[in-house]
Amino acid sequence: MSDWIDVCSFDDLQPNSGVCALVEDTQVAIFYMPEQNEVFAINNYDPFGDAYVLSRGLIGDINGEAMVASPLYKQHFNLKTGDCLEDETVKVDTYEIRINEQRVEVKI
Amino acid sequence: MSNKQTLVVIGNGMVGQNFLENLMASDIKGNFNVITFCEEPLVAYDRVHLSEYFAGKSADDLSLVEDGFFETNDITIHMSDKAVVIDRDNKTVTSEKGIVINYDKVVLATGSTAFIPPIPGNDRDQCIPYRTIADLDDMMIAAKDSKVGTVVGGGLLGLEAAKALRDLNLETHVVQFAPRLMEAQLDDGGAALLQQKIEDLGVGVLTSKNTTKIVDGDTCKHKMIFADGGELETDMILYSAGIRPRYEIAEASGLEIAERGGVVINNQCLTSDEDIYAIGECASWNNQVFGLVAPGYAMARAVVDHLAGNQPSFTGADMSTKLKLNGVDVASIGDPHATTPGSLVYTYQNGVDGVYKRIVVSQDNKLLLGAVLVGDASGYPTLHQYYSNGIELPEHPDSLILPARSDESVGLGPDALPASAQICSCYDVTKGDICSSMEAGCTTLGALKDDTKAATGCGGCAALLKSVLDCELEKAGIEVNTDICEHFPYTRQDLYNLVMVEEIKTFGELIEKHGTGRGCEICKQAIGSILASYWNEYVLENDHLGLQDTNDTFLANMQKDGTYSVVPRMTGGEVSPEGLIAIGQIAKKYGLYTKVTGGQRVDLFGARVDQLPLIWQELIDAGFESGHAYGKSLRTVKSCVGSTWCRYGVDDSVGLAVELENRYKGLRAPHKIKFAVSGCTRECAEAQSKDIGIIAVEGGWNLYVCGNGGMKPRHGDLIATNLDKETLIKYIDRILIFYVRTADRLQRTSVWMENMEGGLDYLRSVVMDDKLGVCEQLEEQMQHVVNTYQCEWKTTIADETKLKRFRTFVNSDKQDANVVFVEERGQIRPANTEERELLQAENV
Ligand code: SRM
Ligand SMILES: Cc1cc2nc3c(=O)[nH]c(=O)nc-3n(C[C@H](O)[C@H](O)[C@H](O)COP(=O)(O)OP(=O)(O)OC[C@H]3O[C@@H](n4cnc5c(N)ncnc54)[C@H](O)[C@@H]3O)c2cc1C
Ligand code: SF4
Ligand code: FES
Repeated sequence: MSDWIDVCSFDDLQPNSGVCALVEDTQVAIFYMPEQNEVFAINNYDPFGDAYVLSRGLIGDINGEAMVASPLYKQHFNLKTGDCLEDETVKVDTYEIRINEQRVEVKI
Repeated sequence: MSNKQTLVVIGNGMVGQNFLENLMASDIKGNFNVITFCEEPLVAYDRVHLSEYFAGKSADDLSLVEDGFFETNDITIHMSDKAVVIDRDNKTVTSEKGIVINYDKVVLATGSTAFIPPIPGNDRDQCIPYRTIADLDDMMIAAKDSKVGTVVGGGLLGLEAAKALRDLNLETHVVQFAPRLMEAQLDDGGAALLQQKIEDLGVGVLTSKNTTKIVDGDTCKHKMIFADGGELETDMILYSAGIRPRYEIAEASGLEIAERGGVVINNQCLTSDEDIYAIGECASWNNQVFGLVAPGYAMARAVVDHLAGNQPSFTGADMSTKLKLNGVDVASIGDPHATTPGSLVYTYQNGVDGVYKRIVVSQDNKLLLGAVLVGDASGYPTLHQYYSNGIELPEHPDSLILPARSDESVGLGPDALPASAQICSCYDVTKGDICSSMEAGCTTLGALKDDTKAATGCGGCAALLKSVLDCELEKAGIEVNTDICEHFPYTRQDLYNLVMVEEIKTFGELIEKHGTGRGCEICKQAIGSILASYWNEYVLENDHLGLQDTNDTFLANMQKDGTYSVVPRMTGGEVSPEGLIAIGQIAKKYGLYTKVTGGQRVDLFGARVDQLPLIWQELIDAGFESGHAYGKSLRTVKSCVGSTWCRYGVDDSVGLAVELENRYKGLRAPHKIKFAVSGCTRECAEAQSKDIGIIAVEGGWNLYVCGNGGMKPRHGDLIATNLDKETLIKYIDRILIFYVRTADRLQRTSVWMENMEGGLDYLRSVVMDDKLGVCEQLEEQMQHVVNTYQCEWKTTIADETKLKRFRTFVNSDKQDANVVFVEERGQIRPANTEERELLQAENV
């Protein structure tokens, strides 16, 4: 099994928004929802727009499930599972993420 | 040989075309070879809305013929050719150009001409009838070198023509032969009030004037001399003193002509020849000619029915009408003069508010026979239903015209109407037709109009149609869900009001109090926009940051490859050589693609997120500010060069554009807002296609609102004319804030206007007459926005903590390897997938 990789400081995250981290050549989009005290990590690649932009999408929930809306063509991706809400054949990678003593760590 | 009969339709006007459409929609369509003669150079167009030609509608907009109609239906149309004689013995129709057609049936739909009083001098230069698009073109040319214009005729059409002259900025007079305006429809009381309202529009009214001759004028081109010795100087004259049916061809062919003109028809619309019908304004039924479209359409339906072998009967028609004049409500129904024996009359007169209403009822107080409404025609739909469907009147019929007293409701709810009730008289659409159309899935106003054509003629039935729709939707239990999204059970307008009333400043507070969940891109952006337009705080404030569209969060527009475009503001499209050089140098330094936009400024493409602050720092140092190309906010105020340089310029359009752009820059709205200012009516800035369009005219500025380019172009509506700058700005302040407060999310002003009940008149009443008493508030809110303006890029660059976000990766200085450019025409562009893969492979 892979190990937790240190990514950045907790302060680097943007409340109610996303940032992107480069983790061993993988672009990881990291989102932080302070009210729910939750963080999520998914791949930054938008398969519809063919561009690395998901970290810059708007976040929220649909039917209670946390999601991000792609900034390019507005498809929604479930932040926990990576499933695309508009097209069930499409899915983006998701990663385990945790906050460890003010540091953000992911497994890829 | 085909066994089809040949049917010739003479005249392709409103009724001729309506006949063709009815025929093509019927089962007997295949029985005929159809040939039609169209004397005008244009196929049928909407004469009813002719005056909108001045407000910017084109001949195309007014056309009644769908693209490809004649081709698809195999109808031969002879354009600009006039049928001159019907040889009834040999059954041929011959045209002016010499075409001869063997017919089986003929339909005459030759319409009428404007009556030109037989006065010496009536054919002088710039004396024009008011009937066709060609007449309107003549009018516009004549108006160019005229100061004074006069309309002969004070009926419905004459008053509309007078308004048109007024809007062309002419000093305008109406000369009426009769002792009162609209003498056919109004009684003395109604006419006196109407005259006052017309005079308030700036139109002079002369009644009981018999013009004896028109001669050379002293101060103007012409002088009209009246029988009572009076005179009137004028540069142009419009004739709109009634109509004369056109029966030349009928007469030449020996058909029976009515005593007072018109081709005599029976209840089947047949003339004295059983193979020739006549319909529309050329026909005389029972010694009566009908100068409205609805009776003409009824005749057209009757003829199709008769050709199909049925026995329809046309037995007269409803002559109820409403005047289509902004700010002047006039309507007349049925028999307004109480000529029916034994009829009773109720009159309500309110001199304070300028309202006059009169109803005529049957002797037993049970049926409505006629009505006159001046100053407030809101009761027209209800009264018209009582009249046209013979619905029994309430116990006290006068309650229908008296102002509503507390807890007394007199309106005739749409529910009370029988299925047979005619809702639209122009297209004979009944309530039953509307219900079936709704069952077939047409549950919006637009869909119903497309499907049934209701409300697409004179428009008089639009309000009623909407209430039938709403009522039926409610009955069917179809709740129209207007919630903005799953997180808020409210519309955008509700949310706006909550923010204002409860002084809510953040999304968090609003969702906690009134919503559920975490929100989504729909409610977040809408609320972000509401908060921004109301409080006008910095959009990257922590509380607001997550609310904005991606473009707003990085204050730049994301492109397909994840890079951004940068658009500095160039107010009015004005830019100095130094500015251009600076932009050029910055673009060169950062390797950006540059292009002049459709909004008169320069766009720089291909900037990475981490380059944005650097580029902006340099732009700001060179004197530029954010162009808000990313926001749902004011985009550009386009200008033409105007009086400063242009030989035709009437006023300084660039100066005004710059001033307006500086005033409204930064204003957040439900959607983007675009302005333009033109220096004269040549309109080089295309102002009439903008949300706010301004054109300089001799008397000041003309203001157009709610225009749109884009997906569904819409011509702006002329809301006010000859404004001085101060008034202009006041009106724009009010209009914009009213839009910001009441529009739906992502609704441009054009769609907002299309959905506004009461339309332009209503908007005028709110922002010009202050009907809601909110004008002061609207102006204050705008002033607050103006006072709290900040260049978002300047604020951002000065704030270290905000700059932190402008990094490609939080943990690395590397760049997105997927962003790859190639060169084209000497500049960069994003590589396509293939090129990118190739280049990336090379680099490995
Ligand atoms: C850059 C520009 C094209 C150009 O190279 O000329 C442009 C580019 C875009 N337009 Fe536009 N429009 C541009 C002038 C126009 C114009 C012409 C004008 O403003 O005079 C129109 C028609 C006029 C109008 O809006 O009424 C126009 C009608 C649209 C529409 C359709 C709006 C509508 O109501 O139908 C959209 C889509 C939308 O807003 O939903 C759109 C959307 C866009 C977007 C934002 C699409 C997007 O989401 O990526 C483009 C991004 C611009 C960028 O990245 O900077 N753009 N767009 C023009 C920028 C003008 C400026 O200086 O700000
Ligand atoms: C400014 C204006 C506003 C109006 N407003 C309203 C309103 O609000 N409500 C309302 O109900 N009505 C209104 N009307 C009246 C309405 O426009 C007419 O009732 C309607 O156009 C009549 O249709 P029609 O087909 O009989 O005649 P027209 O529309 O006049 O069409 C007749 C056509 O036949 C052509 N023609 C004539 N003779 C020949 C020939 N021998 N060969 C070939 N072609 C020929 C003519 O050139 C013309 O194109 C208005 C009219 C005007 C001018
Ligand atoms: S709109 Fe008129 S003033 Fe402006 S550039 Fe065109 S012609 Fe000149
Ligand atoms: S009554 Fe004229 S459009 Fe319906």
